[in-house]
Amino acid sequence: MDYRTNRKRAAGLGSAKDGVEHYWQMKVTSYALVFLTPLFIFTFGRLLGAEHAQVVAAFGNPFNAVVAILMIGVSFYHLKLGLQVVIEDYVHGSARMPSLLANTFFCYALGAAGIFAVAKIAFGV
Amino acid sequence: MADVNRGNRPLSPHLGIYHYYITMIASITNRIAGVGLAVGALLAVWWLLAAATDAAYFATVDGLVTSIIGDIVMLGSLFALWWHFFGGLRHLYWDTNRGFNLDVANKLSLYSMIGAVVMTIISLLIIL
Repeated sequence: MDYRTNRKRAAGLGSAKDGVEHYWQMKVTSYALVFLTPLFIFTFGRLLGAEHAQVVAAFGNPFNAVVAILMIGVSFYHLKLGLQVVIEDYVHGSARMPSLLANTFFCYALGAAGIFAVAKIAFGV
Repeated sequence: MADVNRGNRPLSPHLGIYHYYITMIASITNRIAGVGLAVGALLAVWWLLAAATDAAYFATVDGLVTSIIGDIVMLGSLFALWWHFFGGLRHLYWDTNRGFNLDVANKLSLYSMIGAVVMTIISLLIIL
């Protein structure tokens, strides 16, 4: 049984050669998030609904600030990789590439905004 | 695509004819939780940006995030986060080439669901 399509036989290029890298980065970010997620939940969760001064003081603490920045950076990268796979699975045709671009822009923009916010608080508004 | 020669390949059976396994539910809900967490992440970043702006804007955004609708979204995000956390742990275990026995895979899926419920409750007890 020949599993190749006509197009595949014509192109003969094989895979895009970045599947393992994608998988590996997903796993590395997963391991990091095993530690970061609980740490972040318990600082962030307690600050929801708190006074502004209390929030500023909390992220003035280097440990909390670094955990928050790592959590934002790693989780948005993980989100970008994950949503990319979801888009590749469900979005077809001409909508696919704009969706992938939108995903990349959304995740990097939010990641940058979140890291900027924590850094600004940590360095003193 | 129907008229394109896709090669002499077998067709994957339709989703509807598979026997039910808990691993199916654990798999698709893990994906749904991951996608849904984008909403929680968006809210969290907005809240942090508000805190980095000034006390007045922070009060507005914090009020929205801790309103009844905000609480429902954040509670959902907390549950989704733990669900995805344990669903992911299951995958990390599978990556070590263990746990593929049908019975073990089913149990891992059930335990990851129980873990998510338990950790959501524990988190709420600690946070509130």
